[in-house]
Order: sequence, then C-alpha cells, then structure tokens
Amino acid sequence: MNQRRSVFIISCIAFGFAFLYIPILSMVVFSFNASKLVTVWDSVNSPTLKWYHSLLNNEEILDAAWISLKVAFINASGSVVLGTLTGFGLARFTRFRGRFLLNAMATAPLVMPEVITGLSLLLLFVAMEQTIGWPAGRGITTMTLSHMTFSMAYVTVVVQSRLATFDTALEEAAMDLGARPLKVFFVITLPIIFPAILSGWLLAFTLSWDDLVISSFTSGPGSSTLPMVVFSKVRLGVSPEINVLATLTIGVVTLIIVGVSLWMARSRRVEAAGA
Amino acid sequence: MRRALWSERFGLTGRGWVVLVPYLWLLLFFVVPFVIVLKISFADLALAIPPYTPLLQWDDHNQLAIKLNFNNYAFLFTNELYFKALLNSLKVAFISSIICLLIGYPMAYGIARAKPATRNVLLLLVILPFWTSLLLRVYAWIGLLKANGVINNVLMSLGLVHEPLAMLYTPFAMYVGIVYSYLPFLILPLYANLEKMDWQLLEAAEDLGCRPWQAFYKITLPLSRNGILAGSMLVFIPAVGEFVIPALLGGPNALMIGRILWDEFFSNRAWPVASAVAILLLLLLVPFMMWYQSIQARESAGAR
Repeated sequence: MNQRRSVFIISCIAFGFAFLYIPILSMVVFSFNASKLVTVWDSVNSPTLKWYHSLLNNEEILDAAWISLKVAFINASGSVVLGTLTGFGLARFTRFRGRFLLNAMATAPLVMPEVITGLSLLLLFVAMEQTIGWPAGRGITTMTLSHMTFSMAYVTVVVQSRLATFDTALEEAAMDLGARPLKVFFVITLPIIFPAILSGWLLAFTLSWDDLVISSFTSGPGSSTLPMVVFSKVRLGVSPEINVLATLTIGVVTLIIVGVSLWMARSRRVEAAGA
Repeated sequence: MRRALWSERFGLTGRGWVVLVPYLWLLLFFVVPFVIVLKISFADLALAIPPYTPLLQWDDHNQLAIKLNFNNYAFLFTNELYFKALLNSLKVAFISSIICLLIGYPMAYGIARAKPATRNVLLLLVILPFWTSLLLRVYAWIGLLKANGVINNVLMSLGLVHEPLAMLYTPFAMYVGIVYSYLPFLILPLYANLEKMDWQLLEAAEDLGCRPWQAFYKITLPLSRNGILAGSMLVFIPAVGEFVIPALLGGPNALMIGRILWDEFFSNRAWPVASAVAILLLLLLVPFMMWYQSIQARESAGAR
C-alpha cells in the first residue's frame, strides 16, 4: 500500500478506536475512585473497592439484576428456537407462499425504533387482557414475550447467513442415504450451524439484558429490570456504583466474547485440519 | 418409489411446520400490535383503564356504531411542536449518519485491508462495545462531558480553557452519543462489503496511471455503494426514533420525536396521541425500511 495512504488509514483507525474505548476505560478507572464526585480523582484514598462493596449490598440493583437475568435467559432460549426455525425456513425453502411477508416481518424489528415496538406491544397486551384475560397484568411474562419478538430477528439473520454459506451437498447426501429430514436436521445441520446458534443465543441474551425502552413499556409494578433502575439513577446524575456495574459488565462481556472467539477459531482450525 | 413419495409428503408438511410457529408468532406480536396502535390512534382520551374510548360499540338497537376520532391527527398537524420534533429528528439522524460514515468508512476500509490476524483482532474490538450495555456507554459520556467532567478537567489543567465548556445537555452531546452508539452498526456491514472487494482492480488502475485518491473515488467508492447505504440506514432509521440518548445527553431542549412519544405516553398518559405519533413516525420510516431491505436483498444476491 502507498505510504501516505497507510499513515492516513492507520491514524483514522487509531482515532476511531480511541473514540470507542476512552469512555469505556474512563468508567473502569473511575470505578476505583474514592470520591463521590465520580470524575474528580481523590488521589489520597484511591484506588478503593468501596463502591464495589456498596454495589453488592444494593438490594434494589441486585433485585433488578435478578429479574433481568431471568428475562434474558428465557428470552435467549426462546428466541434461539424461533430464530433458528425462521432462519432455516428462509435459507432452505426459497419458494413458498408468504415467504416475502415472513422475510419482511423477521427483519423489520432490526431497524424498528424501540419506542414504536414498545408502545405497540403494550397496547397488544392491554387488548389481549381485555378480550381473553391473558396475560393478566404486565411483568416478566410480557417483557419476555416482547424481547423474544425483537431478539429472534437477530438470531434469524445470524442463522440464515450461516446456512447460506454452507454446502447443502452434505444434507443431500444424508437424504440420499435414507435419513429422514428431521434426522438430517439434528445430525448434520444443527452441529454445523451450532456456533451461529450460540452467537445468536448470546446476542439475544445481551439485547434483552440491555433493553430499556421496550421493557419500560411492557413491565409492570415490581418488575423493574436492571436498565430501568440504572436509567432512573443516571437521570439524577453520575453515581459511582454505576461505574462499578459498567466495569463488571465489561469484564464479563470481554471474557465471554474473547473465550467464544478463541473457541470458534480453534474449532475452525480443527475442521480445516480434518478436511 | 414409496419412500420418495413419503419424504416428499413429509417435506411438505415439515416445511409448513418449520415456518408456521415463527409465522404465527410474528403475526401476533409484530403485525397485530400495529393494527391496534392504528385503532387506538383513532380513539378518544378517556378517564378509564385503559385510558381511551372504544372504537366499536353496540348500541341499544343492535346496531354496531363505529366512532373514528381524527382529533389526534388534527392535533398533531396543528401543533407546531410535533412537526418541529419530527423535522429535528430527521436532521439529527441524517447528520449523525454522515458523521458515522466519515469516521466509520476509513476504519472499515483499514480493517478490510489489514492482514488476516490483525483483521480479526480489530473486528473483535469493533464488536466488543456493541456487546456492552448501550445505556452504560451513553452514561460514560455524562462523566466525560459534564462541567467538572474528565474532558473539562483535562482542558483546564492544560490551560487551554479557563472556565469549563458547556457540553453536556447540548446538541453537541447528543450527536456525540448517537455517533458513538451507532458507529459499530455502520462499520460491520461496510466491512462485510469491502472484504469482498477485488483489490487488484485498484492496483490495475494505479498501474494505468490513476492517482490513489482518484482510484478510490472511481473504483472503491462506487463498488462499496451497497455497504455504505446499508450501514447508513442501520444508523439513520433507529436514530430517528431514538429516546435514551436525547433523554440522557441532550438536555430538556432536545426535541426528538421518540422522546415526545415517550412523554405523551408516560407523563401525559395520552395513549391515543402517542399512538398517532407512532403511526406518523412509522409511515415516515417505512420507505427507508423498504429501501434497506432491497439493498440487503441486492447484497446477498451479489454474494452468491
């Protein structure tokens, strides 16, 4: 590459990553700050773990985190099933009545502004409660159903793009040898697309764990999720405990993402070596 | 022969089953809700639970009366606030997409041209912030931008400014927040597009005497058109209805339509007006969404 151009590109990348990471690093650094003023470094008493201690004793945050964890877990597992079915249907059945509509419905939630999705789902739940009496009131059930509706779109995209790149000859060979479609799916297709399903699960979990807007519309009294509690705290200003929460989140996410990437890179190498 | 017939029959019904569940799910939880929003946008505000009047009512003479109330829409069109908020949201989303593109294009280009090992690390670094909570990352900017925040402290200790700059709760803070949050959404599709590029075309152009910038402008840029459009739509469409970022960074004067909808619903409990705002916003965004879908279809057709 041309010398001047590569200097330009490298400075752009450096600037971009600085922009992406300085805010994250600042939260990590200030989570160890003793001062309640958060952004003013108290060099006498810092670094300290006192905010870590106070976060882990904060009942409100812990309760909300537990609710978020439950919703995110059920949501991720449910969206993986729905998203895999949709992705499989769209990738393998190129022609069926209503494919266009399914494709549109499955990808529209990706770009739909959250306020619209949230409002429309809440109105649906209210109308359903009036007509059939279920779901009674709003809470974990309604939030989970809502989260599944937008998370499955992400799983669909991940699974569909994985299926688009893999060789259908394997599936056809198994069918020619007499395996039933269901068996082919579980013995051939599923193991091959497993990494995509795993990323879909993690993605759905994260989307639900982070969601503020749709949860706010569809939650009920006593079922505030972690983002809802964080939002109400943050609106009042910065709080040292939120920095701690951010640091813990970043730590866990980094471990999982790096771990999964390494595992996938390894299994790709094994696959390549085997073939 | 019998087997083939059987599998064909199974295949047909199996197919139906595979897509039936997600199909019904999406119809119920994605399409029906919009019908209800449309319905409630024609209802009247009422002191009831839920706070709106029914559209259909049986009267005493076994007659079904339909009452459509256009006042919510009339209210939106005669009240300047909503029009201004809508225009402002479009403006903010458009400018944010352009800034994302200016920062994200060189990054995606650089990543696509890096060595494979470096490329994977850089991609991971782009994806990582996307996996950490958006809310917490937006919150980080409050600490950076506020009057006694990190940026002001650094500038003052360097003697560059003598009193803190007012950055938080300004349009500037809102743009920073939106660009920051949506940048990975632009980089990833653009990278996916640039990765497929045949770089020999550039070498050929340069061998034939094209200057690097000229070659970029004449070859790379037109070939990455779909990536640019898809990435920009992924920033633009959600940014138009954004709520969290203007609420946390934009201050009380940040007039965004997503925020108006939120306040109509949560503060004023005006469900019918909120629904009418949602319908207008949706009508405005549907053309962009369809455009995005057609770009995506073209991209995946090109990939095969």
